Formats: sequence, C-alpha cells, structure tokens
Amino acid sequence: MDNDRVDQIIDKHEAEPSSLIQVMLEIQSENNWLPKATLNRISERLEVPLARILHIATFYQAFSLVPKGRHGVHICVGTACHVRGASRILDTVQEKIGIKPGETDLDLKFSLEVVNCLGCCALGPVMEIDGKTHGKMTPGETAEVLKNYE
Amino acid sequence: MSRINSPAELDEFRKNILSERDPNKPCITLCAGSACIATGSGDVALSLEAEIVKQGLRDKVDLRKTGCHGYCERGPMIVIHPEEISYFQVQPKDAAEIISETIKEKKIIKRLLYTDPDTKEKIVKESEIPFYKHQERLVFGSNGSIDPKSIDDYLAIGGYGALKKALYDMTPESVLEEVKKSNLRGRGGGGFPAGRKWEGSRDDPEPIKYVIVNADEGDPGAYMDRSLLEGNPHSILEGLTLGAYAIGSHEGYIYVRQEYPLAVENVLLAIKTAEEYGFLGKNILGSGFDFEVKVHQGAGAFVCGESTALMTALEGRVGEPRPKYIRSNIKGFWEKPSVLNNVETWANVPLIINKGADWFTQYGTEGSKGTKIFSLVGKIVNTGLVEVPMGMPLKDIIYKIGGGIPNGKKFKAVQTGGPSGGCIPEDLLDLPVGFDELTKAGSMMGSGGMIVMDEDTCMVDVARYFIAFLTDESCGKCVPCREGLRQMLKILTRITEGKGRQDDIQLLKDLAETAKGAALCALGKSAPNPFLSTLRYFENEYEAHINEKRCPALSCKELIAYYIDPTQCKACMICARKCPADAIDGGKNKIHLIDQEKCTKCGTCYEVCPSRFSAVTRISGEPVPDPIPEEERIIRKRKKK
Amino acid sequence: MSEILLQIDGREVKATEGMTILEAAQSVGIFIPTLCHHEKLEPYGGCRLCIVEVENRGRTNLVVSCVYPVEENLVVTTRSEKIDRIRKTILELQLAHAPDAFELQALAKEYGADRDRFEKEASFCIHCGLCVRYCAEVKKKHAVGFVDRGTRKEISFIPEIAAKECWDCKECFPLCPTEALQAAFVLTKALSS
Repeated sequence: MDNDRVDQIIDKHEAEPSSLIQVMLEIQSENNWLPKATLNRISERLEVPLARILHIATFYQAFSLVPKGRHGVHICVGTACHVRGASRILDTVQEKIGIKPGETDLDLKFSLEVVNCLGCCALGPVMEIDGKTHGKMTPGETAEVLKNYE
Repeated sequence: MSRINSPAELDEFRKNILSERDPNKPCITLCAGSACIATGSGDVALSLEAEIVKQGLRDKVDLRKTGCHGYCERGPMIVIHPEEISYFQVQPKDAAEIISETIKEKKIIKRLLYTDPDTKEKIVKESEIPFYKHQERLVFGSNGSIDPKSIDDYLAIGGYGALKKALYDMTPESVLEEVKKSNLRGRGGGGFPAGRKWEGSRDDPEPIKYVIVNADEGDPGAYMDRSLLEGNPHSILEGLTLGAYAIGSHEGYIYVRQEYPLAVENVLLAIKTAEEYGFLGKNILGSGFDFEVKVHQGAGAFVCGESTALMTALEGRVGEPRPKYIRSNIKGFWEKPSVLNNVETWANVPLIINKGADWFTQYGTEGSKGTKIFSLVGKIVNTGLVEVPMGMPLKDIIYKIGGGIPNGKKFKAVQTGGPSGGCIPEDLLDLPVGFDELTKAGSMMGSGGMIVMDEDTCMVDVARYFIAFLTDESCGKCVPCREGLRQMLKILTRITEGKGRQDDIQLLKDLAETAKGAALCALGKSAPNPFLSTLRYFENEYEAHINEKRCPALSCKELIAYYIDPTQCKACMICARKCPADAIDGGKNKIHLIDQEKCTKCGTCYEVCPSRFSAVTRISGEPVPDPIPEEERIIRKRKKK
Repeated sequence: MSEILLQIDGREVKATEGMTILEAAQSVGIFIPTLCHHEKLEPYGGCRLCIVEVENRGRTNLVVSCVYPVEENLVVTTRSEKIDRIRKTILELQLAHAPDAFELQALAKEYGADRDRFEKEASFCIHCGLCVRYCAEVKKKHAVGFVDRGTRKEISFIPEIAAKECWDCKECFPLCPTEALQAAFVLTKALSS
C-alpha cells in the first residue's frame, strides 16, 4: 500500500496515537495484510515505537503480516459448534487443503482460520468462506464445498 | 431534519410519526439478524419485495427488516401484523403465496406455521408458541418491531422517552438512585451492581469521566449482545446517555468486535441519526447536556472483553489487563473514572428509568432482579436467544422453551458462563437461574451463553476445549495463566488421547489453585472453572479416561474405534461410498469392514448407516474384534422355495 | 505525603502514601521473593512470585506486593502454606523453561520446587520482561519488544534498531535471569547478516 493512502487513513483519525489499532484495522481491511514498510510509516506518523506496533500486529488476530489467500476459510469452533462436531470438520478441511489454521496454502488460494463463534449456532457446525455461511456441515460435504472455489 | 430541541417538540414529532402509521395496515416483519441472513433471509426479503410490487400492493403493505427475533433454529422467519401470524423456515419461493394468500385473502398457509412436536397442533400467533410463551421479553422483544436502521421506528415504540424524562423531570442524582434501587447487576459476567459502580465514578472529584459499552462479546456460543446491538442500537445509545447524565460524563465509547460488521454498521448509523435528531451531541433535546459517542472496533482478542484490558485496547495498546487494586470506576480509561458496562446492562437502563425501579424489581429473585437474555445453543431442539426472568428453573428453560434434547438423546449437562463458567448436571436442573445460585453450583452466569450437552459429549474433552480456547486467548503476561494453562492443556490433551497418568488430577488441581489465587485478571482466575466443575460432577469420566483408557461418551478420537457389526451389516454400500478416507472395504452382498489404519474417526459412516440396520458402532476401552473370516463376509441370499 | 501504618508478618511498619507493600517490606528488611521487579522500572506484576495475603475490612485476598499500594491498617502475611504452595508451582512452571537458571536455583531450594515436575519447554525465556521494559523505560530505544500473546508470546529484537543501538549498549544483558536475551540477540544478529 503506498504511503499516500496510509497517510490518508492516518489523517482521517487525526493522527492520534490512541487511534493506532483503528488505523491498522482499516489498512488491514483494504490491503488484506500489513507490509513492513506500512508499519514503519505508521510508526513515523503516529510517533509510536515500532516495537509496540509489531506487538499489536501479532497480538490481535485480525492482523496479518503476510499476504493472505484469495479465499478466507473460517471454521467456527465455538462451543455450540464444537459440541455438534466442528473438530471433525476442521480435521477434514485441514487434510483437504493441506494447511493448519493461521496458514495460507502455497498457491495463495485458501487461508484457513478458526473463529470462536459466528453467532449462527442454530446452523452448527458452520464453515464460512469469503463471508458466505455454510451451515450444518458434515465432513463429507466439506470436500464438495471447497471444490467450488478457484 | 432539524434537531429536536425540547420535550414538547419530541412529543409532537412522535405524535406525527404515529399518526402516519396505521396499526391495521398489513406489516410483514422479517428477521434480518446475522443468523437469519446466513440462512437466506436476504433472498426472502428480495422475493417478498418483488411480489408485493408484482401483485399491485406497493404502499399497501409494509415490509420491515428487523433485528433478531430469537428463534434462530427456525429461521428465516416472518411475523405478519396486525394478526401476529408467524411463518417459519420461509423460502424465497414461498413469497408469491404469502402475498396472494395471507396478505390479500387473509388465508393462513398451514405448512409454514409452527407445529408442536408432541401434540402436532399448529400455532398461528408468535406469542402462543411454547418457545416464546414462557419468555419475558422485556429488553429483547422490541427487536421484532423495529428496523434497526430507522430511528423513527424506535421513536414509534416510545424510544428516547426515558432520556426526555431524565433530562427534564429528574436530576442526575435521581437517575443514579433509580438505577441503584433497581439492583441492576452487570449482565456481562461479573454481576456487579451497576448503581454502585456508577456511584463510585459519580462521587470522584475528577471532572473528566467516561462511559463505555463493552460489546466485545467473546464467549463462544454467546451472541446476545450482537443481536441487541444489530437489532436495537438506539436502546443502547439511550441507556449510555442516561448513564453519562447520571455520573457527569460527556464522552462515551462503544468497543465492538470487528467480527460483528453488521453491528458496527447499525450502531454507526444509529449514532449519526441520533446526532441529527438531537439525541446526541451538544445540547441534547435542548437541555444543555452534551454527550458524544465514538465507536472503536476490536481486533480479535477475547481478553479485550475484560474491562481493564478493554480500556487498555481503547488507548491503542495491546489488551493486557491491569490489576484491579484501584478500581477502574475510579482510575480507568486514561486513568479517569470510567463506567464500563455490558451491552445488555445498558439496554436495561431506559426501561428502568421509564417504568421505574419498582416495576423492574417485580421481576427476578431477591439477589438477581430483572431478566436475562441467554443464547440457548448446542444439543437443543429450539436453538436461539431467549429472555427469561431471573429465577426461572434451568429445567424450564431447557425443556419448556428449548424443547429438550433432539434425536431422543439424554441430557447430560448445561454449560453456563462460557470459558469462565462450569457445567451444571442433570440433578441440579431445578436450580433457579441467577448470579449467586449458578456461582454456588460451581459455574457462573457469565454473559449468558447456555450450551446444552447430551450423552455424546465427553466432559473431559469439554474441559480440554475450554482450556485450549483460553490458552490461545491468554494475553501471556502472568505466569499462572500463561504457563499454568499451557501445562493444563498438555495434561488434558494427554488424558483425552489415552495417555493420562495417575498423578494428573492432582497436578491439574495444583495448577488450578495457582491460577485462581495468583493470576493477574479474571480470565486467568476463572480459567480453571470448566475443569473444576467437570471434575466435581463427572469425576467418573476422568477416571475412565485415565485408568481404563476409555471414553464413556464415545467421543475422544484416540480412544474410540468405529466398528461395523457383521451381524447387522446388510452391505448397502452407503458408508463405503461416503467415507472420506476410503477406509471401508466391502461390496454388494459383502459385509463391510473398516480398515482401522486408514480410519480418521470422522464419524460419517456412523451417521449415514440407515437406522434400520444401525450396523456401525463405536467401541472404547476394549480392542476392536478381529475381522470375521472372508467367506463369512459374503451375504448369501436365501433361496425362496 | 501522609504516613500510613500497616502490619507485615506481625510487625508494625511505617510507610508513606503511594508506596507498594513490597517497598514497605523492603524498607524494614522483610524479604519477599521477586523475579520481574527492578528499582529502575515500573512495577510489572508478571511473575506473581511476590504474592502476599492481605486482610482489610474482614476480607482476605492474595495480591502481588510489587503493585498493591499500602493502606492504613492493612494486615499483610508474606509466608503461609497457601502462598508457599503457589510460589512453588510458579517456580516449577519457570523451571520447565529454564531449569539451570542461576536466579531460580536458590528460590527453588527454599520452596522445594521440583525442576522436573513439568514437561520441559523449548524456550528458556521466562517472560520477566526486564529487557523489554528497560529498553523502553530507561533507554527509550525500544530495540527489543514482545510479540504475539499467550503461550506464543516471545521477545523479539527489531533488527534495524538493534543494529544501530545495541552494540554500544547491552545494558539489558546482565538483567536477564536466564540468558535467553543474549541468545535472542545472537540469533537476531546471525539472521540479519
């Protein structure tokens, strides 16, 4: 992301040091990841040590310091889904894509995450891909669903 | 839209809104909460809108997309007013019939009605359905009547009346007194008396004070706050403004999870329109009171739901909790007096001010007044959000409202309080729901998650699950939590894998004592609760895992094997085809055999084997029987003589 | 600064407002073990070794003495069965990371901590935070910081800043109780060259 756009976002929040997390969220949402150069720029403009920015970028789940895949696969492992067998869904998906939660496959096609409750407990177990919810999943169906994504 | 600058102007404005609304005009309310959208209510809305136009009824029928109605198991759902006809599991293709039959002809479409599972009786009105009949929807009920994106809808049901009353007919002190008198206890988990918290901030000499909404609902399985914020954001804004007025604050924050985009969207819109109308900002309703609200998004950390961690995150830092030796209502956000309360707590405030503390205290028990919204999820027939008066027995919530356990399974436990809570077993189901009662039983109220578990749920795995969750979410600052949970997870995982040792339970108990006694914050201090409560009520399961390498619930993958009973298998080939690991050997008329080396224990074969055969079984604690000889695997058809 | 009278282990102690229990105890020679505490740094409250029992207005609580402010009529107990048990477990959890750390040995002996009670962990950083806090609060360079959270938390040098600042400084090195800091520095150096 070029520095001009970063500056725009920072200026929108009036370059307040306490708006650090909000600024980073906006950049993450637009850019899909946080490049090192961008973090340096934020550190400069908001006058916040880079060490603190790196801690925030790694502490919070929303941020990624590496590029993510084209399709975000989120498996809900909230208690309700867990009790309805979410761990089996996760195992099958892990096996099919070949990555663990937090990772992205080599083709940058899928990024796998586990999430703690999407709020659709009636549909458990739930798998969300690119924001689309797939409910009442079974291990057998996951392969079918994943096939539909390029 | 010019700002409303006086109570008289507000009354006039409200009167105008109501006069333009005909209560007899057909109005279809469609649940557009996040869960229903996931089941396709967006498409249902589009189809209904199209049909209304197509059948020439534009302007004669209102379609209102509301917040969550609570009966998530049966979504998408619509309620047609004024008759209160409720249709469930509505599909886009039903739209034409709904408009032509029910709206035009006033005829009821029986197949879309709720059917009582026992009596088979069909029920028309929402309020008569067992799920709703036993609830007391004081706070949540409004969700069904308003479009969260419309402030006029909120005004039509009396919204901002409490604010008007407080600013013009009450003093800040009397607002605080009313909240104190109501005995409203925090709905986020701590159950701390809200009035007392407010009073501490009010009495502090520091002039700058903050009010904060904790909308970082992190307990997995709990989504009440999300539905309140999505469905009725103005009620929270009104409550927050009342609190600010009571303690003398002029700046408020709403800290909401970024995983709730619809809630963020709706609350930002609500703030904008409230400012336009004069309910927020400078000189609210012409009273001279200034108050503004900002929204901050969380970035994915459960620990930020802890109040001191939340304030630290609001300051733009990592969400590490601070010691509560100096309470945050004295030194909180930026070291100033800060009142932080949960979404549901704030939503109760306008009701208390409008109707009075005496009205509020008639609901609930001595120690827990009012109602509580629970997310009733897991192994339950009627999954959804329910609001009940405190003191209702857990049994009634699970059976009368929840409809009991599906698939004829036996109830085992209900988990309340999320990762900080515990499991309540069957023999305690008469327990009236309330803060102190749940704590005494080894659990806690928490934010309201109620996860129902049945005979297939392994309680050791439940403990392991929660410890795994907390290990992932721990901030990592203090040793008892970071290291203690790390070791507890290792031990519990070993136990579920059949590698438990004799001294494991004692080790876990020591770690539990260390965390409870010495951890920095409530996350660490309450982390051992799921383990301690499952040990208290289900010690036999721990013993089976450690001593017999057996999982009584037949759930822990490493301790079970799937086995096809050769006396029951009819070689229908369904499981062999569906097995994702290709682990089943068999053919037409050849009894199937599971290759235990290839089997991933996904359970698909168990689920798809036709119930008239029930040939797939699970074994635990004993070796898998040897395969029967090849010749005996062939099913010979009996020749008809 | 008003004077505050409190009781520690049965002794009357005079303290001033704003002091922590740890400071008050140290002022009269009462020893409370610490790992993450340092006079030049803000109290951290991370290791929890300095926990004590306090009794005030009829309630007894376990608090960390390095952070808890003194109060009038506070009754403090620095050793008890429960405190000792918890300190023992804390030490054992630390020893799983750094079984040979010099600073842990004497304490381990005092509390009977068994270095083999828990499975060994790969990293010998015990997260006292002394290095991170010293660089931030005293040197104000922020060359080393924490990353991630929970069990994945670690210290990490920022190569660009470390390359510039650390050669002539290294004041944090003697603070590290386990030499995990020095190891991290050497690793960072190796990876950057």
